[in-house]
Amino acid sequence: MAGKQAKTRPMADGQASSGKLLDIRNLRIEATVYPPGEAPKTITLVHDVSLTLEKGKVLGLIGESGAGKSTIGLSSMAYGRGGVRITGGEVILNGRDIMKAGPRGVRALRGREVCYVAQSAAAAFNPAHKLIDQVVEATLLHGTANRAEAEKRAVALFKKLSLPNPETIGERYPHQVSGGQLQRVMTAMALCSEPDLIVFDEPTTALDVTTQIDVLAAIKDAIRDTHVAALYITHDLAVVAQVSDEIMVLRHGRLVEWGGTRQIIKEPRQEYTNALVSVHEIEHQEQQPGTTPFLSVKNVTAAYGGGHVKVLKNVSVDIYPAQTLAVVGESGSGKSTLARAITGLLPPEQGTVTFDGRPLANRLADRPKEDLRQLQMIYQMADVAMNPRQTVGTIIGRPLEFYFGMKGRERDKRVAELLDEIEMGKGFIDRYPAELSGGQKQRVCIARSLAAKPKLIICDEVTSALDPLVAHGILKLLLNLQQVEKVAYLFITHDLATVKSIADSVAVMYRGEVVRYGSKSKVLTPPFDAYTDLLLSSVPEMEIGWLEKAIKGRRMASAGN
Amino acid sequence: MSSPILRLVAQRILLGLVLLLAVSVLIFAGTQILPGDVAQAILGQSATPEALANLREQLGLNDPAWLRYVHWLWGILHGDFGTAQSSGLDIATSIGTRLKNTLFLAACAAIVAVPLAIVLGLIAVRYRNGFVDKLISGLALASTSFPEFFIGYVLIYFFAVKWQIFPSISTVDDSTPFLERLQAVVLPATALTLVVLAHMMRMTRAAILNVMQSAYIETAELKGLKAFDIIRKHAFPNAIAPVVNVVMLNLAYLIVGVVVVEVIFVYPGMGQYLVDHVAKRDVPVVQAVGLIFAAVYITLNIVADIAAIVANPRLRHPK
Repeated sequence: MAGKQAKTRPMADGQASSGKLLDIRNLRIEATVYPPGEAPKTITLVHDVSLTLEKGKVLGLIGESGAGKSTIGLSSMAYGRGGVRITGGEVILNGRDIMKAGPRGVRALRGREVCYVAQSAAAAFNPAHKLIDQVVEATLLHGTANRAEAEKRAVALFKKLSLPNPETIGERYPHQVSGGQLQRVMTAMALCSEPDLIVFDEPTTALDVTTQIDVLAAIKDAIRDTHVAALYITHDLAVVAQVSDEIMVLRHGRLVEWGGTRQIIKEPRQEYTNALVSVHEIEHQEQQPGTTPFLSVKNVTAAYGGGHVKVLKNVSVDIYPAQTLAVVGESGSGKSTLARAITGLLPPEQGTVTFDGRPLANRLADRPKEDLRQLQMIYQMADVAMNPRQTVGTIIGRPLEFYFGMKGRERDKRVAELLDEIEMGKGFIDRYPAELSGGQKQRVCIARSLAAKPKLIICDEVTSALDPLVAHGILKLLLNLQQVEKVAYLFITHDLATVKSIADSVAVMYRGEVVRYGSKSKVLTPPFDAYTDLLLSSVPEMEIGWLEKAIKGRRMASAGN
Repeated sequence: MSSPILRLVAQRILLGLVLLLAVSVLIFAGTQILPGDVAQAILGQSATPEALANLREQLGLNDPAWLRYVHWLWGILHGDFGTAQSSGLDIATSIGTRLKNTLFLAACAAIVAVPLAIVLGLIAVRYRNGFVDKLISGLALASTSFPEFFIGYVLIYFFAVKWQIFPSISTVDDSTPFLERLQAVVLPATALTLVVLAHMMRMTRAAILNVMQSAYIETAELKGLKAFDIIRKHAFPNAIAPVVNVVMLNLAYLIVGVVVVEVIFVYPGMGQYLVDHVAKRDVPVVQAVGLIFAAVYITLNIVADIAAIVANPRLRHPK
């Protein structure tokens, strides 16, 4: 059986067990859930997972959300997040079972033998204390160094992680430091007490690609120089391939495949691993722009705070019927602000938005209902974009009533049709958003926007919060719907793979300006401008050694300039 | 201190002053609307019309209302609250000693109640939903649910009558030495503490529990900190703003709401003074006391606002 084969250690060449740092055997983790309107029930999050990790090695844990990656990672610190309980198996760290260590024993190992780096450092740092106090806290608590030594160690780590002003950055508060820098400070915090193991829980997922590559390189160097072992948790195979020695693929709390990094990405044995490795690719033939765009943004400038903070500078783009314009850039580049300007949520200071040859009113409140109908939006967070107390039928039916005055059976029939179009079926009509998966929620949002029969749907990072396979499904659906409904998309994303999959034309934004604009093939073909080059070269590729090559390329480029 | 903080603080103080002015108008208008004639009240039913007219002229009651308001406010700004109609004494002098007494009692109660409530709140969070938490909440809520006069008499019954540890009547004057004064306020201060404890404790608990959901609490837990240290070091500093708010509301209550307790223990404070003069329909005294109470309330709320501003690291250390 393939599954059984995968469970044996990949390096079965008689390695001595003396180098073994972490040995998890038959781990079983459960949680009690309270579904609305039902009796509480116990569900199993992790089923009989075993793994071993040697000193100084990095094991990548990979899988979609709900795969149990974080839960397994945190079990190495005897920690269950929320009502999660470790109900079976052994977690042996440095030769002793930490499940039997008792509260005092567990506290003694947390922050000393095992440290944790969270996904969002911005949330994981206490806003009330200086960074340095938080970085040295565990070191002082466990008495491994006195204050002066610990601070010296912290500064050395700040330097190693290439933080600016390593001597003084610790005097700052978390809100005074950028997200990418905070993530590095958090890594320094984990390394400061010189632990044997660090659990990295999606440490670069919340960062822009251009920042991610630097943080990733810093983490990798730090791991190599300090000989610390690591569990590296992520959903991004390309990222984990850069830092880990071995990769473990998880799904629904079960082990799928475990092997060396090269084997997993080059010769996956399991079908699911294969699907993960080969996702991303959708063949989408670029369409040539038509003769006249139906929506034109001309020289739009917009600002927040009464004109103080310029967020859009002289932006011009065109959208053609039934085509997709992808707007790509890092956070703060003005992508979403462009959407707000087009929809009238943020009236532009200068410039015009023309729709079907006539200018649209600047302010949302001044636009007639018909204009509102023609421009619809879908958001990144599908679950907060829906009223949790309304059924799917009510949610999708609302624009039908509002724009077309449909009622009763006519409305229900159209809702059922729309549910068919998004491949869900009318069985979902009485469900509440809480009863849907992330992908299904996003589909309902798509159906709601389609219900208005718009000419343009603005998609703001609609696949960013979804797992790769689910996101893949959503992109395919959007492309199919474009064929059927002849709707155009303004597709805002930070992910270049998504751009390649869906766009006909592309606008690259940087600090409020469009730095590169044209058909997809033109934008993605050299010669590049400096920023687009940086953006493209920062996207992780599923290839061992990519990180080193990319970093080297960037150094050469900056030396050459 | 940086400029955004100074600006916000100045803004709060200015708003407070405007509010106080508005309240003074309301107080003045309110006492004008009350039926009855001050001159009549002073001279009694048997006064001759000439005497009444003379007194009205003398008191300025024939002036239009706004002019009387301006005179009244002008006097207060110069420390002159007028004279009490019932006794002919200068109000500012009478209030001076009584305000001192009330503040002394409130301070004694606050010194015990505020730290106790916060510590109990921290302990309740540490053992949340367990026996200790329920015990603390139960006792605190019970003590708040009993009316103050009931608590007052229970205290008098046990500590003054049965065991004779503390006096039942808390009479003090300017010559009372400090220790005796302290002994005199033990029972009323205890009664007040029991009244305000639960509100502050429950609010501290709720505010900290709210913060306990944050990711940085997990970070602290994964560093190996003890549960109580996590609450004290990592949760409490981020819950200061709501806690200070409720503490200030209760401090205001200790000063403004002590009427019943002062009357029970015959303590010569503002509350007792106010009750006496309401009974005598002494309008200038009621106005003066009302204005002082309003000023106390507004000041403490401004302090709470400023504390919340200063406690926010984003405002204290701008980018």
